[in-house]
Amino acid sequence: MSDNLIKVPTMAEMMAAGETPDILFWVGCAGSFDDKAKRVTKAFVKILNKAGVKFAVLGTEEGCTGDPAKRAGNEFLFQMQAMQNIQVMNAYDVKKIVASCPHCLNTLKNEYPELGGHYEVLHHTELIQSLLNEGKITIPNGTFQGKRITYHDPCYLGRANGIYEAPRELLAKLDAALAEMPRNKERGFCCGAGGAQMFKEAEPGEREVNVARSEEALGVNPDVIAVGCPFCKTMMADGVKHFEKEETVTVMDVAEMIANAADL
Amino acid sequence: MHIVSIAAFSLIFLGGIGFFGFKVSKIARNIKLGRPEDRSGNFAERFKIMMLVAFGQSKMVVRPVAGILHLFIYLAFLLTQIELLEIIIDGFTGNHRLVWGALEGTALAGLYTFTINAIEFLSLLALIATVVFLFRRNIVRIARFQKPEMKGWPSKDANIILFGEIFLVTNIFLMNSGDQALQALGVYHQTGEFVLSGILASKLSGVSQETLIIIERIGWWGHLIGIVGFMVYLPFSKHFHIFLAFPNVFFSKLEPKGRFTNLESVTKEVKLMMDPSADPYAAPAEDAAPVSFGAKDVFDLSWKQLMDAYSCTECGRCTSECPANNTGKLLSPRAIMMKTRDRIEEVGAGIDKNGKDYRDEKTLLHNYISPEELWACTTCNACVQACPVNIDPLSIIIDLRRSLVMEESAAPGSLNTMFTNVENNSAPWQFSPADRLNWATEE
Ligand code: SF4
Ligand code: SF4
Repeated sequence: MSDNLIKVPTMAEMMAAGETPDILFWVGCAGSFDDKAKRVTKAFVKILNKAGVKFAVLGTEEGCTGDPAKRAGNEFLFQMQAMQNIQVMNAYDVKKIVASCPHCLNTLKNEYPELGGHYEVLHHTELIQSLLNEGKITIPNGTFQGKRITYHDPCYLGRANGIYEAPRELLAKLDAALAEMPRNKERGFCCGAGGAQMFKEAEPGEREVNVARSEEALGVNPDVIAVGCPFCKTMMADGVKHFEKEETVTVMDVAEMIANAADL
Repeated sequence: MHIVSIAAFSLIFLGGIGFFGFKVSKIARNIKLGRPEDRSGNFAERFKIMMLVAFGQSKMVVRPVAGILHLFIYLAFLLTQIELLEIIIDGFTGNHRLVWGALEGTALAGLYTFTINAIEFLSLLALIATVVFLFRRNIVRIARFQKPEMKGWPSKDANIILFGEIFLVTNIFLMNSGDQALQALGVYHQTGEFVLSGILASKLSGVSQETLIIIERIGWWGHLIGIVGFMVYLPFSKHFHIFLAFPNVFFSKLEPKGRFTNLESVTKEVKLMMDPSADPYAAPAEDAAPVSFGAKDVFDLSWKQLMDAYSCTECGRCTSECPANNTGKLLSPRAIMMKTRDRIEEVGAGIDKNGKDYRDEKTLLHNYISPEELWACTTCNACVQACPVNIDPLSIIIDLRRSLVMEESAAPGSLNTMFTNVENNSAPWQFSPADRLNWATEE
C-alpha cells in the first residue's frame, strides 16, 4: 500500500463549494461500520481517487436503505427509511449512484423509483470495469498471477439484477485462473445472509448455509474466494474459518483485489 | 349399432368436457378470490417469454435428462391432439378415419401418413420417457421426489399420471396396429404404412378379422376413454399445469427478480407520517376498506400468486436449489405452493357448500404455513430462477412475513432488535449515526 491517505468528499462539502459530483458513492451500513466491509470501502475509494472520479458520499446524512427491514417483512420501516433517503438525495439532485453493496443497489435501483427516487445505479464492479476500459486505472501484472480464484455470485447482484459478467471480467484482468464452482451465475448458491438472515439465528436444520457454500468454494481449491457483497464476505470468511482454512484461503471483495493489484 | 356407438361416444366425450369445464370454472373462481394485481401490458414481451419458457420449455433443459424426456412426452401430447381430432370427428359421425377419407387422393394424403407416423414415433419416445420417469421416482428415488411434502397423495398423483400415459400410448398402438392388419386384409382404407404399428401388425398375421376389429376398437375406445379420463382427472392434479403453464408464464413478473412490491397502503401512511402539515387524527375516508398489511390467508394474496399455486407441477426444482432446504431447514418452496393450493381448494369447497361469503376459522398462515418455514428464507430467488413455469414462491413468503411482522408483531427477537436499530440509528447495528463517516479517517 503506497499511501493511506484517501479523499472522501461529502455531498454537503461539495455543495458548499458550489460543486456537483458526477456520482454518489452509497457506502451502506456494512461499508460504514463493519470492519471487513470498511476495507472494501477504502479500497474502492482509493480506486476512485486514483482514477480521478468526481464523487461524493452522503456521510452522516446517509441512512440504511431499509433493505433488511423490507426483506424481514417490515414494510413500514423500509418505506420510512426510503423516503428519508430519497428526500436527502433529491435535495442534492442526485442522478447517479454507485453502491458496493448489492442489497443497497437492489433497493435503490428497483424499489426507490416507485417512492419518488429515480437514479441510475451501478455496482462498484461495473464502475471499476468502465474505469479500466477507459484506461483511468491500470493493473500491472503480478499480484494475483498464477493464483486460483473462485467467484461467489451474490444473490442480489446475480439473480436479482442479472449482473454476472462485470466482476468476472475484472477478475480476468488479474491474470489469475478463474475456477467456477459447480453452482454459479443463475444457479449460484446463497451465502446464507440475505433476507435479513444476517441479523438472526438460523432456523433449526442440519447445517449453516454459509458452511455449505464455503465447502463448495473450497472444493475448487482456490487461493482466493472473490465476492462482491459485504454480507457474502462475512459469511464466506466465517465458512472458511469453520473449515480452518483461513491461513491458506482468503476471502476478498473484487474491489480489494483490484486495488491490491493496482498497488493502491 | 352405429347409433349406439355415436350415442356412447357423445355421452362420454361431452360428459367429460362438461365436467372439465365445470371444474375449470371453479378453479377460475378460486383464482379470482385473490387480490387484484396489474400484470397487463407488454404484450410482445409477455408473448415472447411464453413462447420461450412455456412452449419452448427453455427452463426445463437446465436439467438435461429430465428436460429431454419431458420434451418427448410434451411433444407427443401436442401432436396426438391431431389424432384426437380425427377420433372426435369419427366418433360424432360414426365414421372410420374420416380425415383420411377426405384427404385420400389429394396432395395432402402423404401428410396424413407422415403425421400418424410422427405421432407413433413420439409416442414410443414418450413411452420410454414415462418408464424412465417411473423408475426415477420409484426405484432410483431421486431426492427431490422424496421430500416430506411428497408423501402420500402427491406421489400417487405423479404415478397415476405416468400409468395413464402408458395406457394412452398402448391404446394408440393397439388401434393403429389393428388398423394396419385390417388394411393388409383389405378391410380398412389404405392409409399408407405406419412404420411402428406396421411392425406390430406383422405379429398379428393369422389373427381373424373379427379379433382384429375388436383389437382396433379396444384401442380406439381405450384412447378416447384415456383422454377423457385425463381431462376429468387434471383439475385435481398437479398435471393441471399443462394448461396453466401458458397463462402463468405469460403473466410472469417482468421486473428484475430483486424487486419486491412496495405496499401502497403503507406508502399512504408513511407519507402522512412524514408530512408535517397532515392531520394525524383525520378520520379515514368513509369508503376506505379496512387495510391489512401483508397476507394472512389466500384472500390476501394476488390472483397471480393463486394462479402460481394451481400451475405448480410439484417438480421440486425450486426446493432442490433452495439453500434453506438444502441445509435441512423446514422450508420448501414447493411445499409453500402446494399448501397455498390446498388452502385455496379448501376455501373453494367451503364456498361451494355454504355460499360465497363463507369464511372458515383457518388461515394459510399458521394452519398451513408455519413461521419457522417463513423465517428460514434467505430471499435468494433460487426457487424463482429454477421454476420451469415461472412461479414465484418468494413473493408469497414475503407477503406472509409481512403479516407476521406488521399485523402480529411476531418477528423473532433478534429481528426486532435490528428494526429498533434501523429506526433509531439508521443502521441495523447499534452504531451511532454520527459515526457513519469515521471509516474515512480511521487507520
Ligand atoms: S428465495 Fe427462499 S424459498 Fe426461494 S430458494 Fe431462496 S431461500 Fe429458498
Ligand atoms: S414452484 Fe415451480 S419449481 Fe417448484 S415445484 Fe412448483 S413447478 Fe416445480
